[in-house]
Amino acid sequence: MAGERRIGEVILAVDQISLSFGGVRALENVSFDVRRGEIRAIIGPNGAGKSSMLNVINGFYHPQEGRITFKGQTRTQMRTHEAAEQGIARTFQNIALFKGMSTLDNLMTGRNLKMKVNFLLQALHVGPARREEIAHREFVERIIDFLEIQAVRKVPVGRLPYGLQKRVELGRALAAEPDLLLLDEPMAGMNSEEKEDMCRFILDVNEEFGTTIVLIEHDMGVVMDISDRVVVLDYGRLLADGSPDEVRRDQAVIDAYLGAVHD
Amino acid sequence: MDEQRVRASGTGVLDTFPKLLLDNAQRLAGRHALREKEFGIWQSWTWADLAEEVRHLACGLAALGLARGDKVAVIGDNRPRLYATFCAVQSLGAIPVPMYQDSVARELSYVVEHAEARFAVAEDQEQVDKLLEIRESCPRLETIVYVDPRGMRDYEQPFLHAFEAVLERGRAFHAEQPGFWRAQVDQGTGTDYAIILYTSGTTGNPKGVVLSHDNVLITARNAVERDRLTADEEVLAYLPMAWVGDNIFSFGQSYVAGFCVSCPESSATVMEDLRELGPTYFFAPPRIYENLLTSVTIRMEDAAAPKRRVYRYFMDLAARVGIDILDGKPVPGLDRWLYRLGELLVYGPLKNALGFSRIRIAYTAGEAIGPDIFDFYRAIGVNIKQLYGQTEAAVFITMQPDGEIKADSVGTPAPQVEIRIDDHGEVLYRSPGVFVEYYKNPEATATTKTPDGWVHTGDAGFLDDDGHLKIIDRAKDVGRLRDGTLFAPKYIENKLKFFPHIKEAVAFGDGRDEVVAFVNIDLESIGSWAERNGVSYASYQELAANPRVLDLIQECVEKVNADLAADQRLAGSQIRRFLNLHKELDADDGELTRTRKVRRSTVAERYAPLIEGLYSGAASASIETQVTFEDGRTGKLSAVLEIRDVKRFDAVARAS
Repeated sequence: MAGERRIGEVILAVDQISLSFGGVRALENVSFDVRRGEIRAIIGPNGAGKSSMLNVINGFYHPQEGRITFKGQTRTQMRTHEAAEQGIARTFQNIALFKGMSTLDNLMTGRNLKMKVNFLLQALHVGPARREEIAHREFVERIIDFLEIQAVRKVPVGRLPYGLQKRVELGRALAAEPDLLLLDEPMAGMNSEEKEDMCRFILDVNEEFGTTIVLIEHDMGVVMDISDRVVVLDYGRLLADGSPDEVRRDQAVIDAYLGAVHD
Repeated sequence: MDEQRVRASGTGVLDTFPKLLLDNAQRLAGRHALREKEFGIWQSWTWADLAEEVRHLACGLAALGLARGDKVAVIGDNRPRLYATFCAVQSLGAIPVPMYQDSVARELSYVVEHAEARFAVAEDQEQVDKLLEIRESCPRLETIVYVDPRGMRDYEQPFLHAFEAVLERGRAFHAEQPGFWRAQVDQGTGTDYAIILYTSGTTGNPKGVVLSHDNVLITARNAVERDRLTADEEVLAYLPMAWVGDNIFSFGQSYVAGFCVSCPESSATVMEDLRELGPTYFFAPPRIYENLLTSVTIRMEDAAAPKRRVYRYFMDLAARVGIDILDGKPVPGLDRWLYRLGELLVYGPLKNALGFSRIRIAYTAGEAIGPDIFDFYRAIGVNIKQLYGQTEAAVFITMQPDGEIKADSVGTPAPQVEIRIDDHGEVLYRSPGVFVEYYKNPEATATTKTPDGWVHTGDAGFLDDDGHLKIIDRAKDVGRLRDGTLFAPKYIENKLKFFPHIKEAVAFGDGRDEVVAFVNIDLESIGSWAERNGVSYASYQELAANPRVLDLIQECVEKVNADLAADQRLAGSQIRRFLNLHKELDADDGELTRTRKVRRSTVAERYAPLIEGLYSGAASASIETQVTFEDGRTGKLSAVLEIRDVKRFDAVARAS
């Protein structure tokens, strides 16, 4: 399957990133890259710095050292809205949806950045604002169809089961038409059937839209199955980087996971 | 009635569905034929669009090698393009074989192999995967066409074709040979096979029921005329395409009457789509009506107290006069006014919430519908009716005419259907819809269909004094009393079980002089009665043996007898004596199946002394039974049970 997909040039390069909170070193000299069109997994034990890494990539944390190059633009610091504007979208470990709003409305918020008409016209829902909303709605409907959530289109998200909420959150990230999609534990807390569905959606997103995906996941079976390359973090340091097979055979990784004594 | 409409151009009779399609495309060109909700919006095909799509699809399939007489497996949810496939396949003289979309590969394999399908048209990747899995065991299956390309990009097998690509090929084919398709359509005749429907028999392999164009078309036309369906009906296609009912309601009748059929967005959105669409003509098995009612009842219970009071008041009114109003019978003026107010306040919004605002005719069939559910819908003005049908009859055998609705009959014979009851009480019918044969199964055809065209239904029943058919039981379960009176145990038991106080009942009488019955009281219902009436009890056994409880049950049994007396054929099978069993019939003791059906023979064996007691005319009978406790240990339970004689009624002779 993977042979069909085109994996292109480097879209994101993380170079020598270090991040600390007071005395706690969350990340230390971490470097890796992500190529256009690939599915890249970040794994590691609890507290290894995986979520911190994602937060650095989308500008939520500002690393003390190091540089990030995204689509050819190098920077040391960036704000979250800038990251979003440049085409980075993400989902969160503990779902961050608007619980009182319907699935549809949640997905429409994902289109926010693409809305060009000014706020006043939107509020009045006239002329160009109306036309624009219809165009966005059409895009969102394609995502609803894609994720097979037609039946919950108008249901407030707070009433949906957990697995579906995760799917809606993925939908909202997709609504922003990202070049780079960051998924923070998309399958945490799911049963095996929901996991299987989610895997299929992630693969489909990657194949159909060519979206580059970076994901954090604990389920090793899932990671080995769907990712092209894997980064392993441990105590904020890069432990290994390579194909699923290479990583699986790496002695340092085995030690970290089986709890070998650290020097 | 089977006079065929002659097409305006005068080129021939409309005796096949492709010919009907061409006619509709002219007469109803701008009207909608099919609709599907996609991307949150209803997308439509007019009859003209549909005719064009069918033509291109047919040409594309012909270009891929589909020939007259070939079978084409069709598998997927209700989708406009699969309905178009039916007609495209038929237009080439090939035969569609729809399959249940939730079948597993092994079940598909049998049907595909038995039908000798060379082609398959599948809805999506899921169905394609199943077909690929069975391809090994079905070497005849050559070509697979899929409708939804999602997830199919990495499938490279040369025998897989996207629907769009086939259409494209068809367009080119049609440009090269413009007269080809029309000539193919004109070659078809009414006696050609229109479809093969595999019935999921309870025993053995499924049988392929072959229906001709005449079968489906004439039956559909008759039913359209009987119910005066027009091109303005709204219909939601949501039941499996492999089921004969869907083929009649969503395909046959749509082509004949010219109405538009809508396909839901997905199987999970059916109820929502139903509400949005507001069909005028609707079919559902009793289970669906039941679920809809339950969801309403639950929501009403959560409503605020004043709302509940208004609801209760108007529902009581509806129960009193609603059915008479629907049937056009006289009702006191004040009640009529109140009912109108109720329509404004309760019934209207309720029907709207159910998606039944515009319903003209709603059918149910398949199994007995509870009289309370049936009456609920009729009381609020939903014209729900029962019909009795079979795949072998292209559905319609009997249907209830407007204004002549009885909860316990299935109506009068459909147009052009003859009904006969044979000496064993089995219902036979003969009609233009009678199937051609079971595909490749002459033995089964011969045992089901007599040489002069009568078909055995396998159901026992009779025609009542008004000419309405009553189905009482499976024919093989029906027995006779010694004097030859018909004894239908399930019919009697069901009548008993419709009382909330009675949970289970077993009737005996085959080969005996009279009918006796065991009754299992319903602990919940009788328990709450006991609480309200100050009857104390310590156990099920004690409650069941309470004389006042026996009085209560006796009342129910006598009502059943009165009911039976109203029917001359069943009057002789009134219940003579009954007793309340001291324990509940239990699947752990082998008395019930796991699906809670009574194992008659096991019960008769275990409780033989009780049966003898009932027939001996004694005042009581004693028994010692072995019971299995929940932890698996067994113990003995002994009891002396009081036997009650029940009042019997004279058969009501009706003045005709």
